[in-house]
Amino acid sequence: MAVISTIGFGVKASLGDPTRELAGDAASQVEREALRARLGLDDPWSVQYARFLGNAVRGDLGTSYVFKRPALEVILSKFPATFELVLAASLIVALLSLPAGLYCALNPNSIAARAIMGLSVLGISVPIFLTGIFAITIFSVELGLLPSFGRGETVAIGPWRTGLLSADGLAHLVLPAMTLSSIMLPLFIRLVRGQMLDVLDQDFIRTAWAKGLPPWRVWLSHGLRNAAIPLVTLGGLQLGTLLAYTILTETVFQWPGMGFLFLDAVNRADVPLIIAYIMVVGAIFVTINTLVDVLYVLIDPRVSLGVQAR
Amino acid sequence: MRLWLMALVLVASLGIASSAGAKTLRLAYDADPISLDPHQQLSGGTLQLSHMVFDPLVRWRKDLSLEPRLAERWEQIAPNVVRFYLRRGVTFHSGNPLEAKDVVWTFNRLKQSPDFKGLFEPFEAARAVDDHTVDLVTKGPYPLILNLATYVFPMDSVFYSGKDERGRDKSELVKHGASFASDNVSGTGPFTITEREQGIRLVFKRFDEYWDRDSPGNVSEIVMTPIKEGPTRVAALLSGDVDFIAPVPPADLQRLKASDEIVLITMRGSRVVTLQLNQDRVPQFRDKRVRQAIVHAINNEGIAAKIMRGFATPAGQLSPPGYPGHDDALSPRHDLRHARSLMKEAGYEQGFSVTMLAPNNRYVNDYKIAEAAAAMLAKINIKVDLKTLPKAQFWPQFDARAADIMMIGWYSDTEDSANFAEFLAMSPDKSSGYGQYNAGNYKNPTLDRLVLQSQTMTDKAARATLLQQVERILYEDAALVPLHWQHLAWAARKGVNIEPVINVMNMPFLGDLVVE
Repeated sequence: MAVISTIGFGVKASLGDPTRELAGDAASQVEREALRARLGLDDPWSVQYARFLGNAVRGDLGTSYVFKRPALEVILSKFPATFELVLAASLIVALLSLPAGLYCALNPNSIAARAIMGLSVLGISVPIFLTGIFAITIFSVELGLLPSFGRGETVAIGPWRTGLLSADGLAHLVLPAMTLSSIMLPLFIRLVRGQMLDVLDQDFIRTAWAKGLPPWRVWLSHGLRNAAIPLVTLGGLQLGTLLAYTILTETVFQWPGMGFLFLDAVNRADVPLIIAYIMVVGAIFVTINTLVDVLYVLIDPRVSLGVQAR
Repeated sequence: MRLWLMALVLVASLGIASSAGAKTLRLAYDADPISLDPHQQLSGGTLQLSHMVFDPLVRWRKDLSLEPRLAERWEQIAPNVVRFYLRRGVTFHSGNPLEAKDVVWTFNRLKQSPDFKGLFEPFEAARAVDDHTVDLVTKGPYPLILNLATYVFPMDSVFYSGKDERGRDKSELVKHGASFASDNVSGTGPFTITEREQGIRLVFKRFDEYWDRDSPGNVSEIVMTPIKEGPTRVAALLSGDVDFIAPVPPADLQRLKASDEIVLITMRGSRVVTLQLNQDRVPQFRDKRVRQAIVHAINNEGIAAKIMRGFATPAGQLSPPGYPGHDDALSPRHDLRHARSLMKEAGYEQGFSVTMLAPNNRYVNDYKIAEAAAAMLAKINIKVDLKTLPKAQFWPQFDARAADIMMIGWYSDTEDSANFAEFLAMSPDKSSGYGQYNAGNYKNPTLDRLVLQSQTMTDKAARATLLQQVERILYEDAALVPLHWQHLAWAARKGVNIEPVINVMNMPFLGDLVVE
């Protein structure tokens, strides 16, 4: 986290001057310089960094220039929106890639399998920005089925505002989640297929067949379980990538999450917000990687933390 | 099943019936106002908000004549004093009555606002004569008192006085950081704010006690959502998720024009986009013939037609039509042959190399315009090394005068010609602030004198003649390269009658909006 903060703070100088955005074109040079001084932007880099670290230790990552509230608070207030979007997209990826990948592995030469693989190439090559706009054009503008932007109605559960509990909120979630998942889905279909093909070729599967087990047990309990380890590793890592792609998805759909906030902050050179975002996302990455390690234990029969497996 | 359907239809029709009296307008702009304090930032967003929650003393009509608002009438009682008679029976959202003291209070606050005080520099004071009469007094004779009165949106001085529960002075004007006025508002305007989630939504409700009983406006609620991406904003309108959008991205104009369910309105705006040739950095630019050659090499019409898709009016001068300094004779002058011969005459037939900087998210199609201009200059052998930057990074570079050619767009806050010259063309002078955006470093004492002279002339006709002379000097000197005036566009679904309420200042008067 220390490294992340240094890098985040290091690029600060090249992020631009926030005072123009804050003061407007017609404000005089003198006014802008006064504002710079008030924001402490004129101090040497080391002084600014020391001040930043001192405050960061106390959980204060600075005050957003635009929102005029603590940057961390602003970011965290947008976290539920991004979390729900990533969650929905991951669910779509998981629910579609497993059956599709399995199908392709079991019937590699069927027409349907070839169609799925072909489409997945297309999915990988279309930029997410375009996917989003296509989805809006087809489902909102032409068919009028789904809302085109925003999060819709949300329900507050404590500090967490969720869109998952209202029909309107769910309807708003469909297109962004679909779009976001489109970037991962092809990858995972290919991964599931590849892993399964590998595993199905191994000796213990032949043994399982020889034992006379029903096909679903061979495929799922023996095949998929052994294919799952790389899937989980990659899934964890790709969750981070998914988080990165929320920046584009949220911008296309005006989804009020952290990614949208980040791009907006970059445009306005809202430096405290940019740094806070980098720190929060860094923390999320660290957490996810830790979780992935823990998940290994649960899935891989060969890894254990000293607890006797069955 | 059928019963269920019938119930659904019934519920739906009830919903329609109950909403017949109450009209909700769902509005999508590209951004929402960053503060509710009308004096915190001088920007389009702030002024648009001010016209919804406050009322100005006077406002511009579509034809740029002045319409009385909170000032019922006014008279010039001395060369430097205009007396405003306030409308009676106007109340603020808090219930307090509007009085002369509120205008004086607001004026004094404007004089302290870092963003607005420049505009009000020529003013000396506002003085209450009685409860409903105010004098605006300038330091000397000043021709634009009424232009500036469009910026005076009286605030509720009683509401904004004292301390709030956190012990902050309610009148405090904080540029960076929270204040009472950035989150609370009491004006006289047609709408009050009922809900605000910054960056997500802003909900307005019509003010029951609104003074303007003659206003045809029938919108009882406005839900404003910022949608930053142009294509998404357009899609939201086309899919019926919102009723009214602005701005409309040029790429979508044809598509919206073709739609039967959408009303699209475009208008020539008054923001001029120009290129500045830095004479400090490039000795060749000090030669008038080279500057002339560049002006002749740039095909303004081509840029307006091809890159802006007709969404701009080619400009040969800074002042748009309707401004006092505008001279119809000063038209764009694309002539490549002449440009080449000028270069030859100046001894630069072989050309030279320069650098150029332009923003890529500030003006409509800014970076494409810059690319086109660079290609056009290549035809007279001026090799341009172009760099485009996001605006947040562009402005520091602009201030450092970091390139030989700069792109800049300018909008005159006073709706007057002198403002263009003061910021873009007068000799740069740190102490007076004139020429702050003159990145060409063009210096002409005659021009400086004329512009300063125009500031104290109250004879409109004579002043117009003088400002036209300023434009002619800039034209003949090719002091800078005007490209075009950017157009404005709004779109709404049919039935939202936006045409009467929009204007060239891009401040829709939503209080007067009629929705069928």
